[in-house]
Amino acid sequence: MSALAIGYALLFYAATAMLVVGLALKIRGYWRTPSPLKIPTTPAPTTVTGVALRMTREVVFFESLFKSSKWTWVFGWLFHAALLLVLLRHLRYFQQPVWTPIVFVQFAGTYAGFAMVAGLAGLWARRFLVDRVRYISTPSDHLHLALLLAIGLSGLTMRFVAPTDIVALKAFMLGLMRLDIQPLPADPLLLIHLSLVALLMIVFPISKLLHAPGLFFSPTRHQIDNPRDARHQAAWAAALDR
Amino acid sequence: MATAKFETPALKPYPVIPLVAAGAMAHSKPFVANASIQANIGFPGELAEGWEQRAVAKMGELLDKYRSLRVYMDACVHCGACSDKCHYFLGTGDPKNMPVARQDLMRAVYRRYFTFAGKHFPKLVGAVDMTREVLDEWYAYYHQCSECRRCSVFCPYGIDTAEVTMAAREIMDSVGMGQKYSNEIIGKVHKVGNNLGLPGPALEDTLLGLEEDVKADTGVDVRYPLDVKGAEVLLVTPSADFFAEPHVESLIGYGKVFHAAGISWTLASKASEAGNFGMFIGNYEQLRKIALRIREAALDLGVKRIVVGECGHAWRVAYSFWNTLVGIGAGGKDPFAIELQNQLDHRYKQPMHICELTHDLIQRGALQFDKEKNDHRIITFHDSCNVARASRMGDLPGGQFTIPRDIIRAVANRFHDMAPGSTHEATFCCGGGGGLLTDDLLELRVKGALPRMEALKQVADQHGVNFMATICAICKAQFSKVLPYYGFEMGMVGGVHQLVSTAIRLGDSR
Repeated sequence: MSALAIGYALLFYAATAMLVVGLALKIRGYWRTPSPLKIPTTPAPTTVTGVALRMTREVVFFESLFKSSKWTWVFGWLFHAALLLVLLRHLRYFQQPVWTPIVFVQFAGTYAGFAMVAGLAGLWARRFLVDRVRYISTPSDHLHLALLLAIGLSGLTMRFVAPTDIVALKAFMLGLMRLDIQPLPADPLLLIHLSLVALLMIVFPISKLLHAPGLFFSPTRHQIDNPRDARHQAAWAAALDR
Repeated sequence: MATAKFETPALKPYPVIPLVAAGAMAHSKPFVANASIQANIGFPGELAEGWEQRAVAKMGELLDKYRSLRVYMDACVHCGACSDKCHYFLGTGDPKNMPVARQDLMRAVYRRYFTFAGKHFPKLVGAVDMTREVLDEWYAYYHQCSECRRCSVFCPYGIDTAEVTMAAREIMDSVGMGQKYSNEIIGKVHKVGNNLGLPGPALEDTLLGLEEDVKADTGVDVRYPLDVKGAEVLLVTPSADFFAEPHVESLIGYGKVFHAAGISWTLASKASEAGNFGMFIGNYEQLRKIALRIREAALDLGVKRIVVGECGHAWRVAYSFWNTLVGIGAGGKDPFAIELQNQLDHRYKQPMHICELTHDLIQRGALQFDKEKNDHRIITFHDSCNVARASRMGDLPGGQFTIPRDIIRAVANRFHDMAPGSTHEATFCCGGGGGLLTDDLLELRVKGALPRMEALKQVADQHGVNFMATICAICKAQFSKVLPYYGFEMGMVGGVHQLVSTAIRLGDSR
C-alpha cells in the first residue's frame, strides 16, 4: 500500500465528509429559517404545481437568466449542461457493472468536456470584458473559474493527449467505496485532476457554489401567490397576535 | 433644499447601459433622523458605544428570522445578470447601484462574521469588519434602492435586493442611524392616523369640499363619507389622495364609481392612510402595528369589504401582507384572524384593489362611460413597481397588468403601451419609491427616473402621448416633480380613476 494511495484515499474521504456534512448543515439552516412574509416575485404561480413548473424552468433552462442576459445565459447554460453530462460520464468509475444509461452517456459526456471548457472560458471572459462584471468580480470569483477550468482541462488532456491508467483508477475508486484502499497510478496529471476535484468538494459548502441549493430555498421563486386565500405566518410572527 | 446642483441626464433615443462611474453617487444621503424622531418609534437616538457589535448581533437575528436574507447572502455568484437592471444604476452609472454591488455591501459584513471563508480568509472573499466607514456607505447606498424588485425578476436565483435593503435599514435603525423622512412619517401615522399628519376635522372639511366641487362640476350629489358605521365598504387610500394633485382626481373617481354602482362606502379617520412605511424600513413590528389600524377601523365600523385605493407599496402590503400581519383576508384558522374574517363578505376578495372593484363592475355592465370625454388625452400606462412585481389583481397571474389597462380601454379611446422591457414585470420604478420620496434625495430621484422618461419620450414622440396613467401615490408625486426636469409637463401624470372620473356617467343630476 503506497503512501500516495493512502493520502488520496484520506483526502477523498475528508472531502466527501466536508461536502456532505457542510451541505447538510447549510440546507438545514435554510430549511429551518422561516419566511415571515409572502414575497414571491409576481406574476407568480397560484398553485403548488405551478410553483413546481416555475422551479423546473429555472433549474433546467435558467429562465430568469435567459430574460436577463443572453450571453451569460449561453455560457452559463452550456457550462452547467456539459458539467452534468461530464459528471454522469464519470459515474462509470464508481460502478461495476456500469449502468446502461451511463454507458450511453459516455460519448456525449466525453465531448461535453469541450463544451464545459468553452462555457467556462466565456464566463471568465465576461469578467474581463464587461466593465460592470469586471467591477463586481472578486479574487474568489476568478479562482472558482480557474479551479473548474483546470479540472476540465486536466481531464480533457488525460482523455485526448496523455491517457492515464483508468483501469487502475477505477479499481482505486471502487476500493474507496468499500473501504479497501487500492493502488493509485502516480500520473501527475491524474493527481492534479483528483486534487482539484477534492478541493472543489471542500469549498462547495463554504462558497458561492451554494447557489445550487440556494435556488430551491429562494422565497421569491418557491412561494405560491395566494396570500389573500390562506393566512401565512411564521411562528415568531404568530406570537405577536397573542 | 439640501441638494447641490446636478445635471439632469440627457434623454437618448434608445436606452444605453452607462459605463461604470465609481463613486458618482457616494455623496447622496438622506437626512438622518434626530433622537426624538427615533425615540417616537422605539429606536435608539444615536450611535452609542458598542454599536458595531449590536449591528452584527441584529444581523444574526435577522438571518434567523428571514429565510430570504439567509439564502440571498450565500447564493449570489456575481454573474452580473442584475448589473444593468436597476434604474438608479442606469441613471447614475454608480457601480454600487448595481444590485449585486448593493447586496455585497452587506454580504461583506455577513461573510466576516458568519462564514468560515470570511472569518479566516477575509481578503479572498472580500469580507470586511463593521466600521463607521462601512455604516456610512450602507446609509448612502441602502437609501438609493427603492425596493422595486426589478433585479429579482432577472436574478437566476431570485435574489431580491429589496429584502437586503430592508434588512440593512432595520439594522441601521436598531443602532440609532435612522432615515428622517421615513421614520418621521411613521411617527405621524401613529399619532394622527395618516402619513401627512392630516387630523380628523381637517379630513372631514376636505371631503365636504370635494362633495361641493363634484356637485358644482356634475350637478350630482356624490358623497365622500367619513367614519360611517355599517357602511359596506371601507376604503383605505393613501392620504395624498385627500389633497395632492393629481391624486385627489382619483379619489373623486372612486367616489363616483361607488355612487354609480350604488355601493355604500366610507373612509375612516383612524385608517386614513393606506401607505405602510414599516415596509420601507424593514421593521416587522412597525409593519404590523401600522396595519393594525386598518383592522381596528374595519372592526369598529363593521364593514363587509375592505378596498384599497391607488397606491403601489400599499397594495403590496395589503395584498401580500395584511392577511399575515393582521388577518385581513381569508382562510384564517386562529381566533385573531377569525374575529375579523367572520365579519367580512367572502363573495368578494379581501382586501380588494379599487381597480378590481371597478373592473368587476365594468364586466358586469354596472358602469357606463362617455369615452370621448377622454379624447383630449393620449394615454400610456406606467406599471407601478410594487403592484407589478409584488402583488396581483384578479384571479390570474398578471391580472395586475391587464386589469388597469382594461379599465383604461373601457373609459378612453386613445391608449398606447410603452416599449416592452419597460412595462409589466420589467417595469421601471418611478425613482421615488421605497422611502426615497424626499427632497433631500432629489438628485437621485431625477436620475433614477431616466429609464422611465426615455420610454415615455418614445411614445410621446411616436404617438403623441400626453398622459401617463398610474396607480400609485408615490409615482404620481414623484413624476409631478421630475417630469419638468426632462421637458415634460408636470400635469402629464395622473391616476387611472382620474380617467374613470372624467368618463363615468353618474345618472341624472338631482
